[in-house]
Amino acid sequence: MPLTRRSFLAGVVAAPVLGALAGCAGTVVRPGDLSRLRIMAPASPGGGWDTTARVVQRTIQSSGLARNVQVFNVEGAGGTIGLGQLAREDDDALLMMMGLVMVGAVDTNDSTTRLTDVTPVARLIGETELIVAPPDAPYDDIAGFVDAWKADPANTPIAGGSAGGTDQILAGLLAQAAGIDPGDVNYIPYSGGGESLAALLGGQVAAGISGTADYGPQVAGGDLTGLAVSTAERSGQVPDVPTLVESGFDVELSNWRGLMARPDMSDSAREDLIGLVVDMHGTDEWAEALANNGWDDLLLTGDDYGAFLTEEEARVREILVQIGLVQ
Amino acid sequence: MMDALSDLLGGFADALTPVNLLFALLGVLLGTAVGVLPGIGPAMTVALLLPITYVLEPTSAFIMFAGIYYGGMYGGSTTSILLNTPGESSSIMTALEGNQMAKAGRGAAALATAAIGSFVAGTIATLLLALVAPTVVDLAIGITAADYFALAVLAFVAVSTVLGSSPLRGLASLGVGLYLGLVGTDVLSGQERFTLGIPQLSDGIDVVVVAVALFAVGEALYVASRLRRGPVQVMPASGPYMTREDLRRSWKPWLRGTALGFPFGALPAGGAEIPTFLSYAAERRLTKHPEQFGRGAIEGVAGPEAANNAAAAGVLVPLLTLGLPTSATAAILLAAFTGYGIQPGPTLLTTESTLVWTLIAALLIGNAMLLVLNLPLAGVWVQLLRIPRPYLYAGILLFASLGSYAVNADPLDLVILLLLGGLGFLMRRYGWPVAPAVIGLILGPIAETNLRRALAISGGDLGVLVETWFSRIVLALALLALAGPIVLRAVRGRRSTPEELQEGARLRHREDEREVRR
Repeated sequence: MPLTRRSFLAGVVAAPVLGALAGCAGTVVRPGDLSRLRIMAPASPGGGWDTTARVVQRTIQSSGLARNVQVFNVEGAGGTIGLGQLAREDDDALLMMMGLVMVGAVDTNDSTTRLTDVTPVARLIGETELIVAPPDAPYDDIAGFVDAWKADPANTPIAGGSAGGTDQILAGLLAQAAGIDPGDVNYIPYSGGGESLAALLGGQVAAGISGTADYGPQVAGGDLTGLAVSTAERSGQVPDVPTLVESGFDVELSNWRGLMARPDMSDSAREDLIGLVVDMHGTDEWAEALANNGWDDLLLTGDDYGAFLTEEEARVREILVQIGLVQ
Repeated sequence: MMDALSDLLGGFADALTPVNLLFALLGVLLGTAVGVLPGIGPAMTVALLLPITYVLEPTSAFIMFAGIYYGGMYGGSTTSILLNTPGESSSIMTALEGNQMAKAGRGAAALATAAIGSFVAGTIATLLLALVAPTVVDLAIGITAADYFALAVLAFVAVSTVLGSSPLRGLASLGVGLYLGLVGTDVLSGQERFTLGIPQLSDGIDVVVVAVALFAVGEALYVASRLRRGPVQVMPASGPYMTREDLRRSWKPWLRGTALGFPFGALPAGGAEIPTFLSYAAERRLTKHPEQFGRGAIEGVAGPEAANNAAAAGVLVPLLTLGLPTSATAAILLAAFTGYGIQPGPTLLTTESTLVWTLIAALLIGNAMLLVLNLPLAGVWVQLLRIPRPYLYAGILLFASLGSYAVNADPLDLVILLLLGGLGFLMRRYGWPVAPAVIGLILGPIAETNLRRALAISGGDLGVLVETWFSRIVLALALLALAGPIVLRAVRGRRSTPEELQEGARLRHREDEREVRR
């Protein structure tokens, strides 16, 4: 029986709770029965995957699509520990939250389980990436920044999230598009948008990359200069900031998140899961959650999602190799 | 300042709900009950009880945690006084005079001055924390990666040269911690280091597992290795609580202890050991009853105990404002924060303002609860000390394993617990202090990341490390802390460490006993 961290901890405090959880956690639900559903967030509580998993849980439950939805966390190694666990599961009523970062983490962590080993269900949402500069930087648009960057990549430190994540991937893709060797990018990873904010406000780095939710308020308030956003369309949170494509750089990247299910499941079981996600996508609660969190709606289901994953894997792998994170 | 006050009142509003008060009470009771067990200090108490808070939502968890933190501190002083087994070096001073008082039939007075002193110091220091934290955050925005590195270096030096019997052992223990901290994924390059190809190790070794292994398992094995048969000598909490005379002699040491403890805790200068030592020395010099020192002087309990608690609140200043843990307990608290996806640092007070102020309010509430509960409950805690050692330490081992397994529900953690527990036993056996290892584990990666960040930003120019006045001063202090004791020793001969003082006191007991027998 797979013990989840939270369910086990509950047991430490109250054995009866453990019994109750164990009773349903190990059950293999009959095909088509999605009244009980588990969602794995392969990261620590509070992060992007965990938050999204809990929003999905709330939406499914409050709209009555499933009676009992549990979220549990399997932390570690950029989510590949959770991925490995999913590959050993035999429960059809189990979804794993994942996203762009896992595509890279499979390579950087040399994971034995790859994304092609599990079943793609649906891509759900995306977050727009925002490139910013300190307020006193000598450039105020992306073209000006790229010129300065090209002149001296080593002395143009760029702050962003953890190594191999979306922010570094975007830095690599932009370098590639601008004719800079991605291996020369001086990328400084921080553990989150908040930590890199201090370095940006203090002018210690030349630019910063993070989600619009992290830097958006500072750009709107004038504390940081918004240089560009990474998606095809401008973000509603910072409508004045142009896209990379508008600015002449052929780069499009969204920090997307999606759901996967166990390997070797029957077509009908997979259709049931896809149906559940599509039903959830149609609810008012979901529309509200998208607006509240500043998420872009990127629904893509089944084999189309699988094809997208294959393309994304190739693109991410190529850039990570060029950056030098993957051999 | 008014802002801080209104924020604090808001924190009280959140903390004073019936459910949260219940969690505070639970935390205080559990913290004291575990902290009172012989050989278990506050750091170990917090590490052992951390997994219990995982089932709660963050606010309740931190309220309970505040109770555990101060409860563990209080429990430790009870054991020091009644059993003369301080759980960590900062309670050694309390044991020195407190145990003598208990032997002289004044155990209750010693417990009372410790409890009231802890309350006074804890309350003043927590209020200071509330006032100082927002200011430090304002200053911290301008702090660079190089400054962080300098602060971490100072904390390393202070913690390893001050604790324990020799700086060399302290530094060696720090080295063990720094090595353990390397295990996992390199933050800057995303590459795995020392993981032996085991995926569970890619996020590093859990600090809770390391702390429980080195502190609790090491201690249990050590006690088992030299278990003597026969009953343990527990002093009764006898005598009147506090006479007017006791109070008159206690209040100044309480305030002096607070004044020494808070700044030392707030600076990354090794936590609570130096201020308790200084407080003891100061009281010994200032007392009107020098003949009582070493034989149960109440000032010698009141001062160090206040300094200890004030430093414990002071340690929260760098933890909450900079994300820098400077004591073993703070290192575990940091792990608790990150377990909830909360990153302590300059932005914490803005992003998690409610949580921080609730935590500070809960510290004040827990402190008051301890005072009300523990004077009447002292007799109950004494009963815990009478549990036969084999059962007690078997129970601690079980609880330690359960807690370590609960952190990640991963059997691998039990293997690590056993291996590091063996290491902890050897460290205990050969007098290596454990706290530097725990600090090295959690502060090492912070220091490394900031060093490499600073060098990456400067393009490899080492000058960046001494570019700001802040880092120059902090690095100079670190150098002073490293070289100072060596120079002093060369000039003045060996100074006596807290351990030696305690050893001296023990020798005297034996002489006393011999006299009694005659």
